[in-house]
Amino acid sequence: MRTKLSTESLNLSFGTKQVLKNITVSFNEHEIAALIGPSGCGKSTLLRTFNRMHDLFPDAHIDGRLKLEELDLYDKTIPVTEIRKRIGMVFQKANPFPKSIYENIAYGLRINNLPHNKDVVEKALREAFLWEEVKDDLKMPATRLSGGQQQRLCIARAVALRPEVILMDEPCSALDPVSTLKIEELITHLKEKYTIVIVTHNMQQAQRIADKTVFMYLGEIKEEGATQDIFNFPKNEVTANYIKGQFG
Amino acid sequence: MRYKTRISLDKLFKIVFKATGLLVLALLGGIFLMLIYNSFSFFLDVRPLDFITGMEWNPTGDTPRYGMLPLILSTTLVTFGAMLIAIPLGIGTAAFIAEYASPRLKNILKPAIEMLAAIPSVVIGFLGIVVLSPQIATMADLPNGLNALNGAILLAIMALPTIITVAEDAIHAVPNTYKEASYGVGATKWQTLRKVVIPAAFPGIIAAIMLGVGRAIGETMTVLMATGNASMFPTGMFDAVKTMTATIAIEMGEVPYQTTHYYALYAIATVLFFMTLIANMLGEYFINKFRKYHAV
Repeated sequence: MRTKLSTESLNLSFGTKQVLKNITVSFNEHEIAALIGPSGCGKSTLLRTFNRMHDLFPDAHIDGRLKLEELDLYDKTIPVTEIRKRIGMVFQKANPFPKSIYENIAYGLRINNLPHNKDVVEKALREAFLWEEVKDDLKMPATRLSGGQQQRLCIARAVALRPEVILMDEPCSALDPVSTLKIEELITHLKEKYTIVIVTHNMQQAQRIADKTVFMYLGEIKEEGATQDIFNFPKNEVTANYIKGQFG
Repeated sequence: MRYKTRISLDKLFKIVFKATGLLVLALLGGIFLMLIYNSFSFFLDVRPLDFITGMEWNPTGDTPRYGMLPLILSTTLVTFGAMLIAIPLGIGTAAFIAEYASPRLKNILKPAIEMLAAIPSVVIGFLGIVVLSPQIATMADLPNGLNALNGAILLAIMALPTIITVAEDAIHAVPNTYKEASYGVGATKWQTLRKVVIPAAFPGIIAAIMLGVGRAIGETMTVLMATGNASMFPTGMFDAVKTMTATIAIEMGEVPYQTTHYYALYAIATVLFFMTLIANMLGEYFINKFRKYHAV
């Protein structure tokens, strides 16, 4: 397995508050990695360093190295838009644009100067298991879809750009169990083509879909390894307590 | 205080506040009725259609003419010109404050813009006479620069604070999740602003424009000072124009009481009342639409 995404001694602080402490971690190609840990432990923050979402906050200070294969993600000569095209993101709350279903997919293609026609849009929607449900009303405002459908549309929007990595920030936290299962099935399916890093609060979800699990606590990585090992034989006491549900 | 006194005080103030509330309503109704009542006296002499579509305003001629079309056109011309300047400037400034300015610059700009609204209109009119007028005269090779263009520039300055403040609120209220979604697929700041933020804020921006229009239509002192007040039929931005507001302000002081001319001024005021009312109602309608849209 090739390493797709990695960090080396990554430290991040907002103003004077250090949020990530000395993170060194790597994620393999065509695998699903789950980031777990109690609220405020820095998992979303870590996730958002990979597509440079912290660039929007002037007081975020990052040092250490982040790499997509051999590419330095914080190299100043590489436009951030290029990185975000290669590393897509799905957010916690489904956030389709207030435009039609078709336009939601076409938007990303258009701004990246990629061809956008019905075939490309259809392919993306099919990949996100949404095509059959929406094929007759692509002109409908995306905000009229159900929560689960909206989240799958957001996944379609991400895959339409053919990224290499998809980052998912608790994509199911606002969804009912049926929609959640559907998205999990979709994520498992997507790993054949993409590398996926997912933040989740749901222990069962991590066990169901992730190949690798990383447990974070207070801005540090406490333990990482194959999902089976982490959940069945945690080496660290904090990890053991967390997955047993004793805190968090 | 004794219990009984407290209760009666409570009742007294309830009545006082109710009275003040009703007084405002009565004032609005009273003004409206006064306008309508006096306009009726005018329309007994002149047919409404002749009044609105008449091409000449000359109430003091040998055969008085009460055509207010030149006045409507003057007001429209000046307002339209003002909006042509104020809309791009206002929305640009609003976008800058909401999306680009650093917090420090924002803290300077916002109060500065509110202070712009506090400049008395007579001061702005004064600027129009002493600063703008000579400039326009030199540039366009005219004897003086008191014309529609002058008024439009001044009104643009006066409408800017309203437009900027309301449009900035609208842009600022666009949910962050939309922006994140756009940045997430690789959009630049400008692409995000143009294709996601501005369309999402659009009803609010329309509201800002309509409130700006309302402000510009009703403004009197500035246009009276800066536009030359020639009651001829306007043909362009370099003509001297006499707006509806200026006409009322100038002629009301000299007109004989209860003549047709006197009532005609009331009729102009009624038309003006409806024009600003419509502009403001459109503005309010779009603001409410914007609020509803973002509440979901």
